[in-house]
Amino acid sequence: MPEITYREAVRQAMDEEMARDGNVVLLGEEVAQYDGAYKVSQGLLAKYGPERVIDTPISEEGFTGIGIGAAVAGLRPIVEWMTFNFSLMAIDQIYNNAAKTRYMSGGQISIPVVFRGPNGPAEYLGSQHSQALQAIYTHVPGLKVVAPSTPYDAKGLLKTAIRDDNPVIVLEGELMYAWKGEVPDEEYTVPFGQGTIRRGGGDITLVGFSKPMRTIVQAAEALARDGIDAEVLDLRSLRPLDEELVYGSVRKTNRCIVVDEAWPAASVGSYIAWLVSRNCFDHLDAPVELVSGEDVPMPYNHQLELAAQPSVDTIAGAARRALYK
Amino acid sequence: MATRARKTPSPDYRSLLETMLLIRRFEERASQAYGLRKIGGFLHLYIGQEAVATGAIATLDLAKDYVVTAYRDHGHAVACGLDTSSLMAELFGKATGCSRGKGGSMHFFNAEKHMLGGNGIVGSQIPVATGVALKIKYKKEGGVVLCFFGDGAIHQGSFHESLNMARIWNLPIVYICENNQYGMGTDYRRVSAVADFSVMGGSYGIPGKQVNGMDVLEVYHEVDAAVSLARAEGMPGFLEIRTYRYRGHSMSDPAKYRTKDEVASYKEQDPILLLKDTALREKRITDEEYTAMDAQAKKQAEDAVQFAESSPDPSVDSLYEDVLA
Repeated sequence: MPEITYREAVRQAMDEEMARDGNVVLLGEEVAQYDGAYKVSQGLLAKYGPERVIDTPISEEGFTGIGIGAAVAGLRPIVEWMTFNFSLMAIDQIYNNAAKTRYMSGGQISIPVVFRGPNGPAEYLGSQHSQALQAIYTHVPGLKVVAPSTPYDAKGLLKTAIRDDNPVIVLEGELMYAWKGEVPDEEYTVPFGQGTIRRGGGDITLVGFSKPMRTIVQAAEALARDGIDAEVLDLRSLRPLDEELVYGSVRKTNRCIVVDEAWPAASVGSYIAWLVSRNCFDHLDAPVELVSGEDVPMPYNHQLELAAQPSVDTIAGAARRALYK
Repeated sequence: MATRARKTPSPDYRSLLETMLLIRRFEERASQAYGLRKIGGFLHLYIGQEAVATGAIATLDLAKDYVVTAYRDHGHAVACGLDTSSLMAELFGKATGCSRGKGGSMHFFNAEKHMLGGNGIVGSQIPVATGVALKIKYKKEGGVVLCFFGDGAIHQGSFHESLNMARIWNLPIVYICENNQYGMGTDYRRVSAVADFSVMGGSYGIPGKQVNGMDVLEVYHEVDAAVSLARAEGMPGFLEIRTYRYRGHSMSDPAKYRTKDEVASYKEQDPILLLKDTALREKRITDEEYTAMDAQAKKQAEDAVQFAESSPDPSVDSLYEDVLA
């Protein structure tokens, strides 16, 4: 199977879906002439032309709403946010229009729009450009939210997102764009609402999504060296959420660590920890642990910014606590 | 330019009168029902502004054109030809409402008739309407979008971002600011750096004009000219239509921020009486015909109340319906 980067995987998904369906258009800042701020859309302008690959001014609220309106009227736009940090300028459009127009209209209107771009901390970017905003999107009924951690999932989930008749938030990651992984040549999609087991194990369940998955797998390897056999789950979708995968694993291992690089209060991680505590209560031999980002804005200094994020040590440490070791 | 010289066809006076009367009688009934607590929440009445929606929407062909508006949306819905019984039922929160009781007063929708809401966040619909215009252009459908909003919305970023993008992409859309002179309780002159909104399109290369919104014929001709230009040449339009609401911002507003004399002075130029006088003077209708028209509008409004009263509430089972497609 060919190995490609996450960036190429996202591009392939857009390319294939644009070739398949003339209603798919891409709009955002620098997506066309500049070939993408992170080169994700490289080559798409040349292939599909300026009617379908549309450079916007720096007007996040405006072009996000335009993507929604075009979807309401029948197109299938992909809106690229240069980063999710800038999506906050457009949050009213997401909350009040993308997520609610179907409901408020009594089901008359579909909004097949995708919002994608890098989310989560990168490196040396400081507080405003390094934050994980999954909670504010996963909070909202009417949206679907996916968080691929591999090139395979990035391509398969984005293709599913583009074909979905609902607004879908696709959380990518700046650092992940360079990650490589196997992606088959043949057509495939990855369904929403299905997590996957990255590593089988019987002693403890480690649950995560997005960029921390790599760190979680490394933590599981560190634990294995100590004779602890951790099961690693990658949720892939945050809404809908594959609850059964998590419960099945926890009922087997009786211990659970949830990893979410966002702040701890009212986060996706804290919600999952609550679900597990509630639904696996009789099976738990230790409190569910949450390994989150530290509760501070992201600092610039590298040592500090690493200290603010989940690490092999904090994840493995939480696992050892849950195992009373 | 040929399109500028295009002679607008004379509107059907009778149809304009019927629509304005229907809006007024419908809202008088709605106001009564609110007093009887049959309708809850916010009820923003359009009485006094009927000429704007009526004259503007009369220029459209809703097979290919679209209307997007704000929360004071009853008049636009009636002018788009939505069934008044379904509108009253929506106000009553009934399952037979135009949005199945999920929307309420601020969220009237009819996707088939291209009436796309009904938006409760000030200015939030402007980018969405612009996106609908993007779709029309992309699909080469020859349609136009009328985007309505109030004087309160004009200072939102969404307005300015949308006009800019509509012009750089030459989208077929006419922005209509219904300046009823008070954003809730705030006189527009207190919060605007310019007293003449029509200049505000100028920053974006979009021609603007002030229109007397108490005169439905003037509204019709000016909107028709702007719509023709948008349709033929993709030149977005912007009109400030000066109007006046006779009632408060919503039912709970005693409107102490303006004088009785001011309200009375506008009632003297009432849009319905103005057109009635013209139509009588030009012998387009007789007094008897006008009386019959008004009786018909009253009956239709009464029937709408009857329909709403006798319609069922949505079943509690429908709570989770219409969230996702």
